Amino acid sequence: MPLVELHLLKCSEVTGADMAIFSVYVVNKAGGLIYQLDHYAPRSETEKTFSFPLDLVLKLHDERVVVAFGQRDSIRVGHAVLSINGIDVNGKYTADGKEVLEYLGNPTNYPVSIRFGRPRLSSNEKLMLASMFHSLFAIGSQLSPELGSSGIEMLETDTFKLHCFQTLTGIKFVVLADPRQAGIESLLRKIYEIYSDFALKNPFYSLEMPIRCELFDQNLKLALEVAEKAGPFGPGS
Amino acid sequence: MSCPKHRQIELFVLTYGALVAQLCKDYEKDEDVNKHLDRMGYDIGIRLVEDFLARSAVRKCRSYSETVDVIAQVAFKMYLGVTPSVSCSNTTENEFFLMLDKNPLVDFVEELPAGRCSLCYCNLLCGVIRGALEMVHLAAEVTFVQDRLKGDDVTEIGITFSKKLEDKKHKRQK
Repeated sequence: MPLVELHLLKCSEVTGADMAIFSVYVVNKAGGLIYQLDHYAPRSETEKTFSFPLDLVLKLHDERVVVAFGQRDSIRVGHAVLSINGIDVNGKYTADGKEVLEYLGNPTNYPVSIRFGRPRLSSNEKLMLASMFHSLFAIGSQLSPELGSSGIEMLETDTFKLHCFQTLTGIKFVVLADPRQAGIESLLRKIYEIYSDFALKNPFYSLEMPIRCELFDQNLKLALEVAEKAGPFGPGS
Repeated sequence: MSCPKHRQIELFVLTYGALVAQLCKDYEKDEDVNKHLDRMGYDIGIRLVEDFLARSAVRKCRSYSETVDVIAQVAFKMYLGVTPSVSCSNTTENEFFLMLDKNPLVDFVEELPAGRCSLCYCNLLCGVIRGALEMVHLAAEVTFVQDRLKGDDVTEIGITFSKKLEDKKHKRQK
């Protein structure tokens, strides 16, 4: 059966690699996430109409339906199914209760329009990851052959670098950035200053609680932009 | 005399004076006023410590005496513009004293009013130091051991460190 494709590219791809700082996390002393900001480029999403059989291999991973194989056009391996026929997908079920894999396995449901995109971390997942990182950070310092070592300060992968700064009071500031982005150390110090100004000096902000201060948001975003503009050579000083 | 900074200190001193005066109106007993000043200071100290650490970039202190030195020479200088002198107790190991030669908070206070002889006018400072130390996992008792306003020769803040709040590491090493 010939494949019928209709390219409905709903792509909001950002050209240029300026968005080099991906996200900021602030973790309190108990390991709870009190602030999170995603700063990266708007994600690319692709919507296409398919006919049976689907030439992409889909599988369930981490409670989501993701593309395991069959990458083509702008649908990449790892992209999740975001909606089917315009109805949003939550995990492995659509919003109207159908199980995704079962639905897509049935030829009578075709042709079907599926939107794929990079899956976004839910806020619960972020909370969990933050507390996990908090534990790993502590393990890092305990594994050290030297006494009084710090915890994990940097975690490097092929696509990003995670920088962590723990204050003497136990708060952690975590920044995920492009591996080539420099000046993150001073950015972390700057975020500490912004925290001490706009979160702590706000008399109605309770310590260790989620930060919901408008001024903190604004100033943090400003600081990120300044750091990004400086590029791979760090802020000129 | 850098004018804007001077005016800011004036406002702060006046505000502090108004605060103590109001507390004296609200509470009859000196202990209550002292307690509330200490409590307020504590709430300030737990926040101020982050501002201090963020801006002064001091390294982690490895001993009590290093900590007290930092408080006297960096923190007091930063926030009150004065540098108290540090001394250590002969008898108790973890007891230190900060002798305040100048104290902007009491510049305009002549003497304590009648019937208020146990009022620790600057008790807020004790609370601030206590709160700040607690946030870096150091438990301490901070009080005025001598006070010029009460008739002593000098004004001295005593800092007595109790065992570190984070005791887990010590237990393992035993």
